[in-house]
Amino acid sequence: MFKKLFVGLTHPRLEYEKLPVRLPEPERISAPKSITLLHPKNENHRLPSMLGIGYRVKTGQKLSLYADQNFYVISPVTGTIAGLSPYTGNFGKTYIAITIAVGRDESFDDGFQQQMQNPTMQLASSFLACAPGNPPWSVLAHSENGIKTIVIRGLDPDPMVATNQYVAQSRLKDLKKGIHILKEITGVQNIILITAGESVQGYGHIGALVKSVKTTYPSALPHIVMKEVLGQIVLAGKTCEDLGVCFFNAEAVVSVGKAFESGQLPTTKILTLVKKDGTSKIIETPIGTPVAYILEAHGETVNEYDRVIFGGPMTGSAIYALEHPVEPDTDSIIVLDRDKAAYVSDYPCINCGECVRTCPAKIPVNMLVRYLEASQYENAADNYDLYSCIECGLCSYVCVSRIPIFQYIKLAKYELERAKIPEAADA
Amino acid sequence: MLEKIKPVEQPPTLIQKKLIVSHAPFLHSGRRITERSYHTMLAALPALLLGFYHYGMPAVGVVCLAVSTAILWELLINLATRRSITIGDGNAALIGLLLAMLLPATMPWWAVITATFIAVVIGKQIYGGIGSNAFNPVAVAVAIMMVAWKDLFNFDGMLLNYNLDFATLYPIAAAKHFGSASAASFSLWKIFLGQQIGGIGATFGLGLLIGGIYLMLRGFIRWEISLTFLAGVYLTAFVFNLANPARFAPPAFHLLTGYTLIGAFFLATEDSSSPVNYIPMLIYGGFGGIMTVLIRNIGVWVDGVILAILVCNLINPLLDKIRPQALGKVV
Repeated sequence: MFKKLFVGLTHPRLEYEKLPVRLPEPERISAPKSITLLHPKNENHRLPSMLGIGYRVKTGQKLSLYADQNFYVISPVTGTIAGLSPYTGNFGKTYIAITIAVGRDESFDDGFQQQMQNPTMQLASSFLACAPGNPPWSVLAHSENGIKTIVIRGLDPDPMVATNQYVAQSRLKDLKKGIHILKEITGVQNIILITAGESVQGYGHIGALVKSVKTTYPSALPHIVMKEVLGQIVLAGKTCEDLGVCFFNAEAVVSVGKAFESGQLPTTKILTLVKKDGTSKIIETPIGTPVAYILEAHGETVNEYDRVIFGGPMTGSAIYALEHPVEPDTDSIIVLDRDKAAYVSDYPCINCGECVRTCPAKIPVNMLVRYLEASQYENAADNYDLYSCIECGLCSYVCVSRIPIFQYIKLAKYELERAKIPEAADA
Repeated sequence: MLEKIKPVEQPPTLIQKKLIVSHAPFLHSGRRITERSYHTMLAALPALLLGFYHYGMPAVGVVCLAVSTAILWELLINLATRRSITIGDGNAALIGLLLAMLLPATMPWWAVITATFIAVVIGKQIYGGIGSNAFNPVAVAVAIMMVAWKDLFNFDGMLLNYNLDFATLYPIAAAKHFGSASAASFSLWKIFLGQQIGGIGATFGLGLLIGGIYLMLRGFIRWEISLTFLAGVYLTAFVFNLANPARFAPPAFHLLTGYTLIGAFFLATEDSSSPVNYIPMLIYGGFGGIMTVLIRNIGVWVDGVILAILVCNLINPLLDKIRPQALGKVV
């Protein structure tokens, strides 16, 4: 964990995880008895009966609940569907949780293998959307101005997480193949691999431009990478995609490479497990493994009121049930003891200015938070640069009043977005 | 059909545990308001201890009364306004302590209680409590007391009965009334070591400097404000001294006497009433320093620190509008 600095003149330094020179193999645990996949739910659709309970699935088989929609999940195991139930995730997103009881013998689906000779975007997005690392095919396909640059993150944006760093350093062959395939199917020739510090060496002829960023948070966040590496400023309220830049996790590229190399869809997720005592390890587990199973296998006990976090400590989200499965974009699982987790308070801002000096986007957070606390979101957006926020969470991290500033900012953006919908309907 | 789907039964081995769901970030730097208050009080201790040594039990009495009544006023206001009790954050105690440091050791008890009432209730709580006060509560209290009971802040008169091993003459008053020649009779080094009369905790230059450096290094106060305040005092006094060396005391004398050091490190840096952006902090501090010497040298008041800080508190909101352009801001 991070210790607070004695000298307060300098900015807080949240160092990124540093991997040892000799990379250990990820720890694997035996497959669980059942796994759960989260299939996006469409409220207007009925469920087709073909994917009912008892349906047999093979490893790598594509499971799609709606015939006319592109949503699907890939089964990481061979077995039978044991249950379908509605599930609510973050920000009210709804899913159908497909539970598969793992069978004894494993057999592989060859749907992808039959078509892989001719790699296209269509093929990639219809088979590899749920690959480990979550390749953002929809961003590539739906970008208005077209994607001109692909940035591969060989460094996780959050501290404590080392998944993509590990994958980028240990799966060089697949990474190279993945970059090759990416170039072929997207037509984008400008591919940049981001690494930490001086670790530019060792990548050789990977097929991408290797650039390093600083080893402190938040230098691997998209907006900072855009500014420091690409020299482009993302205007407030715009996204990196608007500037023609698409971010891929290194693991996603490796998944692409692996799939086209072996003909089998990769279904195991590499992730960083951070235990309560602060030690972390790289583990590998099938997508869909319930968190409870992973924690049990690694000897970690979770008590009442602890927190289990998916994603990094600065931008991740806490899950509410230990049955939550590992998803394709779950780069880390962090278990935080109830005493160690940051608490928030309803104390007012004392105007100490820590947030203002820490903010990488130079937002007047001390003023912004006063407007946000009073629910004056439009004022906050117009006068105090709400949309310049790059969502790093550092303001909440340093706040002496422990105001949940980051949460206020997210809420404000969410509310403003919601307010836009009826306006558009009126017009 | 969705309705017909039975929810998956929980495997018997899993016991449902309540997890806390909260928003990112899940880490915190560990800094707290309480920490800020207590460390500021800690930094004030060296100067305060010398005050105790010089003035004995009366000084201890004033400090204890000020701290305790400040906490009490805050508690009463908390209860009266039915808001959560905030005395635990140490801010009220800090206000009481800093206030007592500015008072003479012989301050009558009713005046101490009145001063803490003004500081905590009028200076801070009626604005809405911590973080909302436009003016430094301590400065507000001292300014009102100075206007209302002028004699209580006449240190020469108040400390008349003390028999100390140095001149019981308030240096800044002497310099104001009798010119530079009077200032020259004080050894700057001895003044720096606290050999001067004045407020209980405001006279020990070395102690205040140590406390100030500690606070700046730890990041509890903003060094930009303190240093530009001192620079403002020094430069303005230098110009005055250059213009008329016989009438105006030298700059170093202004730095070490009166409330200059305690003002620079403990009063001007009060969070809520000072700016947070870089350039505004420099202007704010420098302006405070300039105003201090202007009031001292050509105003009617003996010491200008308190009033100068109130004046810069006044322009603080305006100053803080000077800020860097946010990332990707569309003008």
